Formats: sequence, C-alpha cells, structure tokens
Amino acid sequence: MDTIELQRILESLLFAADTPLKLERLAEMTGQDRKKVRDVLERIGNDLESSRRGIRLVEVAEGFQLRTPAESAEWVRLLNSTRPFRFSRAALESLAIIAYRQPITRAEIDYLRGVDSGGVVKTLLDKKLIRILGKKDVAGKPLIYGTSREFLELFGLRDLSELPSLKEFSELALEEEEDVEQPENVASGE
Amino acid sequence: MALEIKIDKFEGPLDLLLHLIRKNEMDIYDIHVAQITEQYLKIIDAMQELNFDFAGEFLVMASTLIHIKSRTLLPIQDDEEDTESEEEDPRAELVRRLLEYKKYKEAARSMEELPRLGRDVHARKFPSPEVDSEEETEFEEVGLFELVAALQDLLRESPPETFHEVDIERLSVTESLNSILTSLSGRQSLAFREIFSREPKRHEVTVTFLAMLELVKMRMVKLMQNGSHGTIWIFPTVDEDAVHMEISEDALGYY
Repeated sequence: MDTIELQRILESLLFAADTPLKLERLAEMTGQDRKKVRDVLERIGNDLESSRRGIRLVEVAEGFQLRTPAESAEWVRLLNSTRPFRFSRAALESLAIIAYRQPITRAEIDYLRGVDSGGVVKTLLDKKLIRILGKKDVAGKPLIYGTSREFLELFGLRDLSELPSLKEFSELALEEEEDVEQPENVASGE
Repeated sequence: MALEIKIDKFEGPLDLLLHLIRKNEMDIYDIHVAQITEQYLKIIDAMQELNFDFAGEFLVMASTLIHIKSRTLLPIQDDEEDTESEEEDPRAELVRRLLEYKKYKEAARSMEELPRLGRDVHARKFPSPEVDSEEETEFEEVGLFELVAALQDLLRESPPETFHEVDIERLSVTESLNSILTSLSGRQSLAFREIFSREPKRHEVTVTFLAMLELVKMRMVKLMQNGSHGTIWIFPTVDEDAVHMEISEDALGYY
C-alpha cells in the first residue's frame, strides 16, 4: 500500500467514523504499522491546517477525529436549531475539580467548593462527563469520581495531561491576581 | 464603602469571601477578619431579608468567621514555643481553602475557553442509535389500568348491536387462545389490536381478551408497552415449538 492509498483510506475512515479513532485501531484496520499511519495522519493534519480547510484533524480522547475549526463555528451553528449546552458556573467548577483532582469523592468536592455539589455531580453523571470509578476504601465506602472519555472529547483534549495547568496562587502577587480577576467581573455581570 | 452585591451570583461562601477580599483590596494572606466578617454578615442578613433560598453553608461560614474573629481578638498567650503560635494563625485554614477554591475557579474559567465540541468545533453528527431502537428497547410492563383502558377503547369501538339475531355465534376462549398462539407463531410480537378482528363484536372482545389474560396467566406470553399510553404488545415468552401446542377445549373451564 503506497502512501497515497493509505492517505485516502485513512481520510475515509476518519470521515465515516462517529468517534475518535485510535492510532492502534487505524493501524490494525489498514494493516500498516503505527509509525507509518501516524506519519500519514500528520500529513493529512498538516495539509488541512496549512491550506486552511474547513475541516481539521484533531487528536482527542487518545484518538483522531475530523472536526471543523473554531473559525467556522458561527456558520456551522446555523445548521443546528438547538443551542449548544452551556455549563453553569457550579457545573464547570465541579467538573474542573473532578478533572484535576480525580479520583475524588463527593465530600471532597463539597469541601473544596464550600457548598453541596450533589445536584451538579448528578447532572455531570447524566451528561456522561464524569463516571464512577469505584468506592473509596474508607468508612462509608463513598463513591469516587473521575472524568470520562466524553469529557475529553467535549473539551478537545487528547488526555488529562492536556488540561490547562493550574495556577498556584501562592506564587502570585496580589496585583497580578487583580488583573486576572477583572475580566471575570465583566463576564459575570452579563 | 457601599456594598452592592448580587447574591445569587455566588457559588458559595468561599466565592463570596473571595469577592469581598478583592473588593476590599485585601491581601488574601492577611485578611482583616473583623471587616470581612462584618460585611459577610450584612450580606447574609440581606439574603435572609430577601427570603433568598441560600445554602446552609453560608451560615456555617459565618460561624467560622466569627470564630476566627474571636480568636484573633484574644491576646496571644505567652507560649513556650514561638513556632507553635505561628502555626496557629486562626486564619490559616480559611486562607488555604480560599486559595484552593480560587485555583479551581480559575481552572474552570480556562476550561470554558477550551474549544468545545458542539460550540466552537464540530464533528460529524450521526443519528444516535437510541433514536432508532427506542421503540424496541424502551418497553415497560403493562399495568392493570392500561390494560383496562385498552379493553374499554375496544368496547367503545365495537358497533352497537342493532340487529336481533338470536343465533349467537359460539366463541370459545380456548379457540381464541389457540388463534392468538397461531398468530404469534413465527412472529416476535403482536400488537394488542391485532388479536381482534377489524370490528369486533362485544362478545368477541370479551372472549379474546379473556384468552389473552389466560395466556398471560399461563406465562406463555407477556404484555409490554412502549412507554406509558404506548401500544401494548404481546410477546411470546416460550420458544416457537411450545407455542404450537394445542389446548383442549375444556382445559380452562370456560363454556
């Protein structure tokens, strides 16, 4: 199989798939070694990127998927009458805590946020963004939560290491914090 | 300073405290507990006045603040060890929590910026498989009232008996039962209406309905429904061969 052919097949597979495809799976399906598949994927990605095409190859949830670039969002949204799901601040905060601190129990989330998070955790479970990882081996055997593959897909992350790095505020000066805080005031005042 | 605060905007007491600290331009490591507590309590009061349905956690934090305040007001006892008194800054635990919370609040904000699927970037959409298979998978057991309602519907539709024939057609439950079984053979399910003729007469409805109930009782079929008020379906519970068995006329005791 030459590169052109492999490229064609990979593109077709990516186009027809409904979830991100893992490199291993693509290699298995095409009968090529991973290195070669990865090279061709990279080429496809670069081609789409450099010629500013309407679809891009992204690496999400440890797989590859064709997605439209953010610059087209405005138009793509015209296709859908439904408005995209918006997170409440509580939901996003809880999701952030779970993402960065997993595995984590409800009680720990509650403590970090200073409020009861039961309802929010349930919503996140319903949306399949988090999942129950098991039970913690302490008194009461509380459930422990972590993020799901859907979470990575939603936020376009290859894996958890791609989460934005946490700012450690102990190293920040107060003035800097002020700067960071300012835009939030505007945003939350909407 | 005037306090203009929209209380429903706060995710919790920690959020509110962070806001107050920022508003008062305080150093988070050097919170003036007395001042913050005073403002915090004012807001709590306002919340109560507005009958705002606020979380009990706000009260817990209020008592924590008052507790810290009382401890900072107490003269520091002459300790033998200086290090210990330093460790015991009553605000330390609160500051730690505030910083920790702030960290995740910021993280949530950065996550908001990430290119989100369905908002910023889009992948191809596929009809979700649930939509297609919903009809088949979302069966519920039929409740008694649903069944009665279905029977009543049928009876209502049956034509009024206007003619005066005395010659009553004899229908037996057993016959009707066997005919349901025959219709069921080779099929996965039968709609409730299918076991009746197009315009069933009252006695046919009764007999067929009884036959169906007999089959349920014999555990040869089960009744399932698509959601509430959905179509009632009859499913055989036994394998094909058993469905073919014939039941003798007097086995059920109907005449």
